[in-house]
Amino acid sequence: MSLLRVEGLHKSFGGVKAVQGVSLAVAAGELLALIGPNGAGKSTCFNMLNGQIRPDAGRVTLAGQDITGLAPRAIWRLGVGRTFQITATFASLSVLENVQMALLSHQRRLMRLWAPLSAEDPTPALALLERLGMAEQAARPCGVLAYGDLKRVELAIALANNPRLLLMDEPTAGMAPAERVALMALTARIARESGIAVLFTEHDMDVVFTHADRLLVLDRGRMLAEGSPEDVRANPAVREVYLGHEGRH
Amino acid sequence: MLHVEALHAHYGRAHILHGVTLTVHAGQVHVLLGRNGAGKSTTMKAIMGLVPPSAGRVEFLGQDITGREPFEIARAGLGYVPEERRIFAELTVEENLETGRQKPRPGLRPWSVERVYELFPSLVAMRRRPGGRMSGGEQQMLTIGRSLMGNPQLIMLDEPSEGLAPVIVERMAAAIRVLKAEGLSVLLSEQNLFLAQAVSDRASIIERGQIRWTGSMAALMADTAARQAYLSV
Amino acid sequence: MTQILVQSLSGLASAASLFLVAAGLTVIFGVTRIVNFAHGSLYMLGAYIAYSLVTWLPRGHFPFWGGVLAAALAVGLIGVVVEVLVLRRIYKAPELFQLLATFGVVLVVQDVALAVWGAQDLLGPRAPGLRGAVDVMGERFPLYDLVLIAIGGAILLLLWLLFQRSRFGVLVRAATADREMLGALGVNQRRLFTGVFFLGSALAGLAGALQLPRESVNLHMDMAIISEAFVVVVVGGLGSLPGAALAALLIGQMQAFGIVLFPRITLVLVFLVMAVVLVLRPYGLMGRANAAAIVLPPEPPLRALSPKGRAVALAALLLAIALPPFLGDYALVVLSELAIAVLFAASLHFIMGPGGMASFGHAAYFGAGAYAAALLVKHFAAPMELGLLAAPFAAGLLGLVFGWFCVRLSGVYAAMLTLAFAQIAWSTAFQWVEVTGGDNGILGVWPSAWAVPKLAYAYLSLALCLGGALLLRRAIFAPLGYAMRAQRDSPLRAEAIGIDAFRVRWLAFAIAAGFAGLAGAVFAFGKGSVFPTAMAIPRSVDALLMVLLGGVQTVMGPLIGALAYTGLHEQLLRVTQFWRAALGAIIIGLVLFFPRGLAGMGPRA
Repeated sequence: MSLLRVEGLHKSFGGVKAVQGVSLAVAAGELLALIGPNGAGKSTCFNMLNGQIRPDAGRVTLAGQDITGLAPRAIWRLGVGRTFQITATFASLSVLENVQMALLSHQRRLMRLWAPLSAEDPTPALALLERLGMAEQAARPCGVLAYGDLKRVELAIALANNPRLLLMDEPTAGMAPAERVALMALTARIARESGIAVLFTEHDMDVVFTHADRLLVLDRGRMLAEGSPEDVRANPAVREVYLGHEGRH
Repeated sequence: MLHVEALHAHYGRAHILHGVTLTVHAGQVHVLLGRNGAGKSTTMKAIMGLVPPSAGRVEFLGQDITGREPFEIARAGLGYVPEERRIFAELTVEENLETGRQKPRPGLRPWSVERVYELFPSLVAMRRRPGGRMSGGEQQMLTIGRSLMGNPQLIMLDEPSEGLAPVIVERMAAAIRVLKAEGLSVLLSEQNLFLAQAVSDRASIIERGQIRWTGSMAALMADTAARQAYLSV
Repeated sequence: MTQILVQSLSGLASAASLFLVAAGLTVIFGVTRIVNFAHGSLYMLGAYIAYSLVTWLPRGHFPFWGGVLAAALAVGLIGVVVEVLVLRRIYKAPELFQLLATFGVVLVVQDVALAVWGAQDLLGPRAPGLRGAVDVMGERFPLYDLVLIAIGGAILLLLWLLFQRSRFGVLVRAATADREMLGALGVNQRRLFTGVFFLGSALAGLAGALQLPRESVNLHMDMAIISEAFVVVVVGGLGSLPGAALAALLIGQMQAFGIVLFPRITLVLVFLVMAVVLVLRPYGLMGRANAAAIVLPPEPPLRALSPKGRAVALAALLLAIALPPFLGDYALVVLSELAIAVLFAASLHFIMGPGGMASFGHAAYFGAGAYAAALLVKHFAAPMELGLLAAPFAAGLLGLVFGWFCVRLSGVYAAMLTLAFAQIAWSTAFQWVEVTGGDNGILGVWPSAWAVPKLAYAYLSLALCLGGALLLRRAIFAPLGYAMRAQRDSPLRAEAIGIDAFRVRWLAFAIAAGFAGLAGAVFAFGKGSVFPTAMAIPRSVDALLMVLLGGVQTVMGPLIGALAYTGLHEQLLRVTQFWRAALGAIIIGLVLFFPRGLAGMGPRA
């Protein structure tokens, strides 16, 4: 049973057809990688799932509920966590406070004016940080963290509302090579443990082939191939897209 | 001609270049290959001074240009054609070319609007058209022409084939060969192996912000394993 | 019919001078991204210099027009001096600090003008041969205004040619769109910036010089023109020259016909147009989105005061409580004013610091509180206590209404919209004479009998203002304060964890307005009267200065800033008649050397 189901997504900007008929499905506990060369429509596709862009046509459902065209805020409330290509955290808040904001928002206790945030019980947030190995740095401001650590904080924030689905846009971009594998291994472990579906875009093929259960290859807005890593690797159409038309010359 | 030594660069706090080392020889076309996100554009921006290098050294014509301002680097004879083209949308074709015009350089035949039109004849008919109302291929020609107006000795082209129809890509390849024949050096970044193969003398492959492979284009075409490892899925 | 023609001609005449000022302002902004508050000062200098030249030179056509032209060129050079000495060093500083520096220039120029030309209004000679009026279908219309229209048209044409046909113009247009790319093409931006400053300043100087035959030259010309020029530039779209021309025409006509059709709301009208335009087109008629971000570096996380800091704060508080019985009446009044300044600054800091929204019109809410209290006293004979209670709610309500529009925009446009709303509030107070008494204000707003003694009122001010500031501080440390900082730091992430940034900003705006209103009410009862100046631009600028001096990014900033600014103000007033110039120089120095503000110099509070 698929948790996320996407059917026939279309989007044009001006006259440019960025995404033409993309369909996909992700099951709980499964990692699906969305790959493709520049301009393939990955970002557009991704942003239609998280609510940043409204599709021209097509349907997105989460556990059977239609979420097409909802605002990112609303999609988050339905249990979708996100990480960004360039990390988006609150730079002037500490690591702990970053996670606490997500927790408070989840409990709808954000607009309070009286009791200070520091009076809040830090245990739930610390537990999340512990899980990601960031508990020691809980008191540091996000503005001074190493990039790899910021990526882990983002993941902690994304996990704060007990998501059913994680959307990760280039989760390892900008990280040192050694950290990349570790972060995705951690993600994969958490996803499997908690039965979270993960959809991610990625350029690093090592990361993709080590951790994705399935791959979806986009080219010029269309679905070029879909399947297991082995199938995709063996697909001649995919090789041509990546290596150019060397076969013909 | 251009030598980049152990260049590091960051976008905000994201560490993009992890010590890029690269040499472009005079009169050659050197292609920088790699998947998206590998660091091709950032390498060019760091050379141009648009992203300040956090460590390392850039030498151009024997001169250390690391950390100089972009306009000084451009005046030193480095032309830069960005991936997004960055045409001035409200300026006409002719005005866009004017923005690139710099003093002639001794020993080089100076570029003029007419010479750019010779290289890209299809621009003549739209000399009064605003840059924003041109097709992608036309914009690509204009942005190359605009940089040529600065009479560079080396021109950096960031993915000139991106989003272009195959016919236009062939046209770009022809233009790059003309530039090479004029004695210009070219640093080209590409994902399109067809264009790279058609014009390049040498190639480097970049992955995760480091150069993984460097050699002649012919050697790369012979090295299936390297292509497979760094460029394919 | 004839009257319509005459009115539209007079609208064209004011559009012509508005355009000259706005053109320079918008081109300077387009290329350098600096909102130049001192542009109005350059206009005023143009008028003064032209006055001196024209009265000194013999009478005649050539001396008159030669004097006007020479004044314009001189102002152009002054602009270059300002650019080279001050602005060039701060192109990379946050926009708000640039703005502060240009305001420092405003203050310096005001006193230079005062020292050179004196405080009295100067009436320049009429233009030779253009003294009379012409007959326009039976109505009389000043000949000089016709010439002004012609000059405006000619300058528009010349500018158009300059921008379309010259290399300089092409580069300016390119820089307005993408100056980084232009740099990568080998263009030295510094030279371009200086050139643009010369051009813009000379245009402002010319506009000022051309006013000589129309109105007297005085020290208020700078503020009067800059707020109108801001309106024109913002309505046209920041950085857009055609936009400035279009908006100048629109605003010129609005003013001309407004006087006839809506004589009672002429002042409001212009700002109302601006508000409507910005609500419908957030980047002005012809502006682009890229022009407007206000970015500050990330601030350190909030920390409660250290034990030492706590001790210092407590000691200061005890001192403030223990001291009043030993103070004289004058010192008690100053103490009360200090307390008011602290709350006013703290309320602005609340939205600017944690909220990340710049307001150039915070005086609107200060004034709203003051007027609410005064009106209750005057029209309903309410006691002081009721006035003090109602004021924050009235101001908060106004904040809810204005804020609903303002918090949707960001950066310079948002700041300009707050300015427009503040001007609407000010104009209402100024023109609605039956209710507000207009320029004469509302008198007899005295405290209740128990609070009449200066000592009692000082304690009341301290209690209300410091209490208010502490409540704001509490909110900053509460979830709402964190939510404000969160949406400021990363709107993307805030949205992705379900924070409704609009609601957070809106609520914060209203809260800040409410506390500004409380400060206003305390101010009103302290003075016993309210005048429209309570909500005029200079008061908004006072608040901005206090917050920026103290440092936007520190919780204690507004306190330190308010004390430093008010104290400095008092001291400078005492030692020199040219306190503005001294203050301006200090501000410029602070921006150049301490861009984080005063509180940023010491350990983080």
